[in-house]
Amino acid sequence: MIQGRAWKYGDNVNTDVLFPGKHTYTAKGREEIASHALEDLDPAFAPNVREGDVVIGGRNFGCGSSREQAATCLVYNGVGAVIAQSFARIFYRNAINNGLLAIVCPEAAQAIRGQEPVSIDLERRTIECAAGCFEFPALSATVQEILEAGGLVEQVKRRLASVRSNS
Amino acid sequence: MDRHFSSQQMGQAGDERGQVARTFAQKALARAAGLDSVEVGEVVDVRPDVVLSHDNTAAIRETWLQFGQERIVIPQKLAITLDHAVPAPTTRHAQNHAEIRAFVREQGIRHFFEVGRGICHQVLSEEALVLPGQMILGADSHTPHFGWLGAFGAGVGRSEVAALWATGELWLRVPESVRIVLEGELPKGVTAKDFALRIIGDWGADGGLYASVEFSGSGLEAMSVDSRMALANMMAEFGAKSSYIPPDGKTVAYLHEGLLRRRTRKSGAASTDDRLPEIEEMGVFPDEDAAYRATYRYSSDELEPTVACPHTVDNVAPLSAVAGTEVQQAFIGTCTNGRLEDIAEAAAVVQGRQVAVGTRLLVIPASSLVLQEAMRRGYIQALIAAGAAIGTPGCGPCMGNHMGVPATGEVTIASANRNFRGRMGTRDAEVYLASPAVVAASAVAGRIADPRDIV
Repeated sequence: MIQGRAWKYGDNVNTDVLFPGKHTYTAKGREEIASHALEDLDPAFAPNVREGDVVIGGRNFGCGSSREQAATCLVYNGVGAVIAQSFARIFYRNAINNGLLAIVCPEAAQAIRGQEPVSIDLERRTIECAAGCFEFPALSATVQEILEAGGLVEQVKRRLASVRSNS
Repeated sequence: MDRHFSSQQMGQAGDERGQVARTFAQKALARAAGLDSVEVGEVVDVRPDVVLSHDNTAAIRETWLQFGQERIVIPQKLAITLDHAVPAPTTRHAQNHAEIRAFVREQGIRHFFEVGRGICHQVLSEEALVLPGQMILGADSHTPHFGWLGAFGAGVGRSEVAALWATGELWLRVPESVRIVLEGELPKGVTAKDFALRIIGDWGADGGLYASVEFSGSGLEAMSVDSRMALANMMAEFGAKSSYIPPDGKTVAYLHEGLLRRRTRKSGAASTDDRLPEIEEMGVFPDEDAAYRATYRYSSDELEPTVACPHTVDNVAPLSAVAGTEVQQAFIGTCTNGRLEDIAEAAAVVQGRQVAVGTRLLVIPASSLVLQEAMRRGYIQALIAAGAAIGTPGCGPCMGNHMGVPATGEVTIASANRNFRGRMGTRDAEVYLASPAVVAASAVAGRIADPRDIV
């Protein structure tokens, strides 16, 4: 169960406002990366976001660059999930690969208002907010496997370990 | 139809071969996955031919170290350029580059390109490191660029490139495809950039989301290689996973030249891979009756100079609607529009004229080869005479690292690919996107201007 407040933004939230390009080759470590999250879109986000909070977007969330910090800056701030009407493909992969739940649910993304409480039940695949309860579709088997492993790096470590033990 | 590909090769009807018709993406993914055929929506493990990274290579190495390997498993497939912040603007950037050079030495990476050689997509194209039908995965969102030569190019994340270094493979979902047909040669003053902006404006920044965008039509056949690169490259801003332009004689000639240049540079050092591959044999073409999610048809005569206005690429307007907007900075360069053709167009506009007082013009060629040839032809001299500043080949100020970051409140017009808020390093600055000729005309006028009114 993921519970927190909603941080709501619009369509085409791009990777430059999620994590500015000027920091991509220099920012290192969780704290520094977390501190730049959404700095050009919502300067109040990074100082005030709390563990379990949920980011809400419209269409094409995470469009633009392939920079992975666009997803990890949310993870390092404790964001529990991103709910959007749709995701740009590289952001979606980066999110899942870093264990950040990215949920496609247009109804919930539209109904949820900024700063209201949201709870996500992964087993029942439901999102609860003031406007009601919304179901979201099952994640693909590939995505579930990565999330269950704790991200892509952990999944690859497991795969390499099983290859080594079999050889 | 050109001499390299017969009409039978181009777009066979699927049922004639007793098979289901396939898109380019289906064929390319099947090849990379070692399968006979793949279905849309299927998830497959692919083994790409080339794995690209750039200034982000040091960060990828940090992730890869967690796998406990001493050697990466595919060193021959790696291509690494230093391009995003070159020459290093700060000590931290310099440190980042130093770590990358150490990694390249340690792992024996052959295809490494130093500061000044140019932007990854341009350099790998010039070096013919990717060939038709092949797959390149890159830790860079503009990897759909390689659609220009009929290859499957897709952007992935840094962790995914680390996984590729460790295993040689990665999962991809077989995408649906969108077909875009352009009939007729582009009229004078209208470029591939205008066409790309028109497509993105018409269908939105997510109009090609997750899709392989597959081009065809006489308009593509008429297009130069440089223009094809601009078009394929810009499909990243359409949400595309990859793009595709059918390879033809122009593609083969360009790639042959690149392979020969590489062989000559090796100065006769005998090696078994000196043999030129049969590029003409490598082309992969979609079947004529393949299933597309959508087909968009354009006629060249309906296109016009187009500008993307702040702060999204799909916020487009005809040039005439925004002409007159004052600009303080004009920037020609990037993986989208920093090629010889682009610099030629800019030089023709500024020839015998001066950049307006209160405006500055930055020109950053996409590669050292582009810079050399532009000098040989006098373009660079014409630009400098007009008052332009010339930068080291690389990405320049495109993503706000250095070399032309705007001041607060300033307006930039750029031949780049993104105009997101803060993209060029300053939150409260505006960026308009246009073709190189429009950027050059705007530099001369001091406001957004139509080159056809100047030249």
